[in-house]
Amino acid sequence: MIVNLEKFIARERPGWERLDRILRRLAADPARTLALDEVRELERLYQRASADLARLATFAAEPEARHYLENLVGRGYAEIHGAQAERRRLRPWEWLARTLPQTFRRRAAAWRLAVALLLAGAAFGGMAVALDPAAKPVLMPFSHLLGDPAQRVAEEERPTAAGRMDGRKATFAGQLMTHNIQVAFMALALGFTWGVGTLIFMFYNGVILGAVAVDYIMAGQTQFLLGWLLPHGVIEIPAILVGAQAGLVLAGALLGRDGREPLAGRMRAAAPDIVTLALGAALMLVWAGTIESFFSQYHAPVIPYAAKIAFGAAEGTALTWYFILCGRKPRGAGKAGT
Amino acid sequence: MSADRTQMLRIATPEGVAFSFRLASPLLRLGALIVDFAAVLAAWSMVGVVIRLLGLVAEDLAQAVNIIGFFVFSQGYRIIGEWRWRGQTVGKRLLHLRVVDEQGLQLTFTQVVLRNLLRFVDFLPLAYGVGGIAALVSRRGQRLGDLAAGTIVIWEPVAPQPDFTTLRGDKYNSLRAHPPVVARLRQAAGPAEARAAWQALARRDELEEAARVALFATLADHFKSLTPIPTDATEGVADEQFVRNVVDVLFLTRG
Repeated sequence: MIVNLEKFIARERPGWERLDRILRRLAADPARTLALDEVRELERLYQRASADLARLATFAAEPEARHYLENLVGRGYAEIHGAQAERRRLRPWEWLARTLPQTFRRRAAAWRLAVALLLAGAAFGGMAVALDPAAKPVLMPFSHLLGDPAQRVAEEERPTAAGRMDGRKATFAGQLMTHNIQVAFMALALGFTWGVGTLIFMFYNGVILGAVAVDYIMAGQTQFLLGWLLPHGVIEIPAILVGAQAGLVLAGALLGRDGREPLAGRMRAAAPDIVTLALGAALMLVWAGTIESFFSQYHAPVIPYAAKIAFGAAEGTALTWYFILCGRKPRGAGKAGT
Repeated sequence: MSADRTQMLRIATPEGVAFSFRLASPLLRLGALIVDFAAVLAAWSMVGVVIRLLGLVAEDLAQAVNIIGFFVFSQGYRIIGEWRWRGQTVGKRLLHLRVVDEQGLQLTFTQVVLRNLLRFVDFLPLAYGVGGIAALVSRRGQRLGDLAAGTIVIWEPVAPQPDFTTLRGDKYNSLRAHPPVVARLRQAAGPAEARAAWQALARRDELEEAARVALFATLADHFKSLTPIPTDATEGVADEQFVRNVVDVLFLTRG
């Protein structure tokens, strides 16, 4: 039997067009919430279009009409069965005050692993420089770090040195932000190598950090080192670690330790945390770039080292409080009504 | 048909029906990528005029705006585009491509951000080497960002609305004088044959004359082989008209 397609389409077309209009309205504003009547109408029209598609597929399957209906049913299916939780408008404050710190704590194991690799790299780099100072060019591929630390400190503490960043501080801040954000995103993206790339990346960054630190400490420039690195490093290094944490969460989803959940399901569950951590790292690096350019580059006597170190310590304390305590439910929450 | 050569992803709904996505080929995706790249550069060159003017009064600030602005715009353009335009950027829109959830569900903001963040690894070592190989190897043409985000890129060619005027149902149909023949034709002809005949009529003007004559002769012979047709229903009726009559009785019921 072949259905009378002309009459069939003429009869059903108003419903399809109405469904099309509702779906277009929703497409124009993804955060729009439908009223109960609209939800009922959407569901009814979708069910009807589904039934029409079933009839067309069974009987006279004219390809154009079928494609049109398939497209309509596909869009309707996405609306009706889609993830409602993400349809809400973005709430930056809620994300900052709750979502990011909660996600960080939920994925703390990945953070600890990233920290362990960074520290292992730092220990290796520090020991290498301590045992063989000639290895500096290999360990620190940055020309401005290869010289004698004491000589650099002397040059940067000269009164005339304070103005060396004049007229290019904002540019330098922009360069730092974009470069460091790309580094953090790379630490995340390397999670796709089942985490191996992320771990090597963190170890290598640790090697550089450890080598620089030991080089300055051995030269008796510990105060300069702390005053130079702490104000921005206390945010920048954790930010890179958060990027690596996201990469290790990605790797964890790929490896799937329990093995019961299929890969697609594991990725779907991990994706919001990965994105949250990546955006958090980016935000931290905007702050770190600003501080590094506008504050870290000034040394004593322009800004006393004690002030710089105190500023870094205050930032570190605030960051620790943020990630450990911010967004926690108050004691007794959730017990009401029990 | 080209659609049959295109890789399809079929999704069955709890309502008991299925719909299909046509997966975009890597070549089409490359085209969209090039268009997007050009769009970003073109848009930024216009912003560059304003930045140069800003540079006249604050050179350092203008440089910073240029560096940060280009980074944010080039990275954020796809994210905002795919989020606000339901999986499309300018390039994808031009080439009728769309990013969708691989299960046919609503594309979420998280998915859009993740698939774009992972461009960093897809781009390695140069010009989407990793992503390109992943898309070629993957069953659904997914680069690594798509695999992580659970997304696919589909091709949505513009489908014209069904045109019933091709049937010209108001004209005299010699087959309708023989209801038993009409009934037997409806019983014997399957949907695929009916569809092929309709498509031949709909596209007759696209065919060369010799090919058109040969096609309708083949179709007419096929339908005549399904059931005996009285001579008066075919006498003086050209093959194309006969096929038109067959399609008319197959698709349209007249009271």
